[in-house]
Amino acid sequence: MAVVLVLVVVLQKKWFSAFTISSPFRLAVIGSGPAGFYTAYRVLKDHQNTLIDMYEALPVPFGLVRYGVAPDHPEVKNVQNRFEEVAQDSRYTFIGNVKYGEDLTLKDLKSQYDAIVFSYGAGQEKSLGVRNENEPIKNICSARAFVGWYNGLPQYRDLELDLTCTDTAVVIGQGNVALDVGRILLTSVVELSKTDITEYALEALRKSQIRNVIIVGRRGPLQVSFTAKELREMMNLPNTKFHTDSELVKNELFTNVDIISKDRPLKRLMQILEKGMSNSIGYKSWTLKFLRSPDEFIAHGNNDPFRAKYVRAVNFHINRLEGPLEKRVAVPTGKMEELETGLVLKSVGYRSIPLEGLPFDEDKGIVPNYKGKILDSDSNEQPGLYVAGWLKRGPQGVIATTMYDAFETAEVIVSDIRQNKPMISKDTINTAKQGSKAIIPILHQRGIRTISYEDWKKIEEKENEAGKAKHKPREKFARVEDVMHVLDT
Amino acid sequence: MFSRFLQQLNTKRITSLSNSFLNNNKRQQIMYINNFVRQNSRNKIIFNNILKTTKNKFVPITMIDQFRNFSNSKVFCHKEITPPKEGEGVTINFITPEGEKITKVANVGDSIMDITQAHDIDLECACEGSLACSTCHVIVDPKYYDKLEEPTDEENDMLDLAFGLTETSRLGCQIVMRKDLDGITVTIPSATRNVKFEGKKIS
Repeated sequence: MAVVLVLVVVLQKKWFSAFTISSPFRLAVIGSGPAGFYTAYRVLKDHQNTLIDMYEALPVPFGLVRYGVAPDHPEVKNVQNRFEEVAQDSRYTFIGNVKYGEDLTLKDLKSQYDAIVFSYGAGQEKSLGVRNENEPIKNICSARAFVGWYNGLPQYRDLELDLTCTDTAVVIGQGNVALDVGRILLTSVVELSKTDITEYALEALRKSQIRNVIIVGRRGPLQVSFTAKELREMMNLPNTKFHTDSELVKNELFTNVDIISKDRPLKRLMQILEKGMSNSIGYKSWTLKFLRSPDEFIAHGNNDPFRAKYVRAVNFHINRLEGPLEKRVAVPTGKMEELETGLVLKSVGYRSIPLEGLPFDEDKGIVPNYKGKILDSDSNEQPGLYVAGWLKRGPQGVIATTMYDAFETAEVIVSDIRQNKPMISKDTINTAKQGSKAIIPILHQRGIRTISYEDWKKIEEKENEAGKAKHKPREKFARVEDVMHVLDT
Repeated sequence: MFSRFLQQLNTKRITSLSNSFLNNNKRQQIMYINNFVRQNSRNKIIFNNILKTTKNKFVPITMIDQFRNFSNSKVFCHKEITPPKEGEGVTINFITPEGEKITKVANVGDSIMDITQAHDIDLECACEGSLACSTCHVIVDPKYYDKLEEPTDEENDMLDLAFGLTETSRLGCQIVMRKDLDGITVTIPSATRNVKFEGKKIS
């Protein structure tokens, strides 16, 4: 009898807790790239009673999956299916075309949410600190801008680059983005036309005269940051020779053989490099140049009226390597080398900026945090404020890295909820937090046109339709006006 | 043919969905199922439970498989929903990051990715088996590792990016179950909990 009674009590308690209408946990996510979506996914999964509103500065979602992933890597974009699943969850709301820090303030959010996740990524590029970097020399831009341009990022829709005036491009930096831009410049337009690369970029690439791409790094072959897949793709480019300082490569491989043999990824990368050195046939070429730090960008003089103000060359310091392998530094030898080029793409990394109300570590370029929980300058946890993705750990790594990192933030959020840790406190005691229900009318009052997920699906449908006509997966709208136009018709 | 399914749906009071079944042709019905399970994870659980109760007599499943090509999005209905016939299944053991052991019987021809997704085992497959990520990284019991075919260059390229790479690491999407893999144990490494693996089975 007693057992039955206990059972009834337990069942009742369970039933009661399952159906108690407690107010939901309201979470705002700033940024709709992989970091935002993976955090949302995990929180929704692990904490049922959650309502998530995701704010995006652009009209359309998915951040770097849409605007960063190379168009010839469509398989990487499969992650969007997971994001789609999150977006279809009735507890999720997408609010596009809203710029945090301009259209929407921290105060607005704090009044309507229990917690906020900042996952707006790294919207700027690092600078090189090179002479004439800030001069208005034409045909020099960041790889970020170039990638944004061919991927349809509105900010770079009208990027002015002349690909017809030169046969050589110099890419500064030796990461995967550097190889991405190099590959796009050297891939045949026929191949690219099957991808979702924007039509205007395709048009410019069709006229491109660039046949040689030189990818320059300040250190040696063992310090490159690109990975095997991307290097293999470069080596497999049809009709493309590969040049490098083979003496240096062989020497570095020989002297560090013990360390390389213990480091599987490095070992495999070096094998691809070594094997590729025999690629000596083709009318196009790509080069890995090591031990070069840019010193100065040089423009054509005014005596050449057609090319005035266009880049003519980059002057480099020649370096040598010093220090143990794990801490190799490049030291200038005092010798210089000038490389003639008509196009310079700077690919030395991205940089986050602090948006309104956030503490920021200028040295590391991140929001100070412990496993995703934002810390103030005295390392105190900020109630209800979290960070994920590049803003949390710096602009490095692949989507999978960001995924794990976002899961960590989500786990911290859920554990904070379960431990009843303080979240964002209420302004006024009597009004319950409303989330986007309260925020969207405020935004509309401010004259901001918000974009819902249903709106995005309409845009997506139009993009797919336009793509179908050109035998492409989609044709992206690269202007915000065009996106809005779809919604008006 | 859908009567049993409708009955189940009605008992679950998902009348809007069941009504749609009364009016549409087969293909549309399948689209509805797809949409329904895609809406949220709870629907997926309900749907899977319905299938469990109706056992493998439920016809549309194989049709959904046929229709997979028509849909761009992932469909939650995997071959696993039709359990293998008596004596034809192969056993697979998963060790979760928490150290829990999960044993499942799968069909020959299913990949580890298929099996984890069908049974809701926590293994993220971000690129859905297209060799563009390393999120389905698993550590294979050395006894079985040697039975597997050598990984391709493309798989190795992705494994190089995996967290906690070991001598017997593989991508779950590339391991396809065979008769001789019956009883295989794979460990799902933890990327977020800083657990160190030494390439051995954790038991």
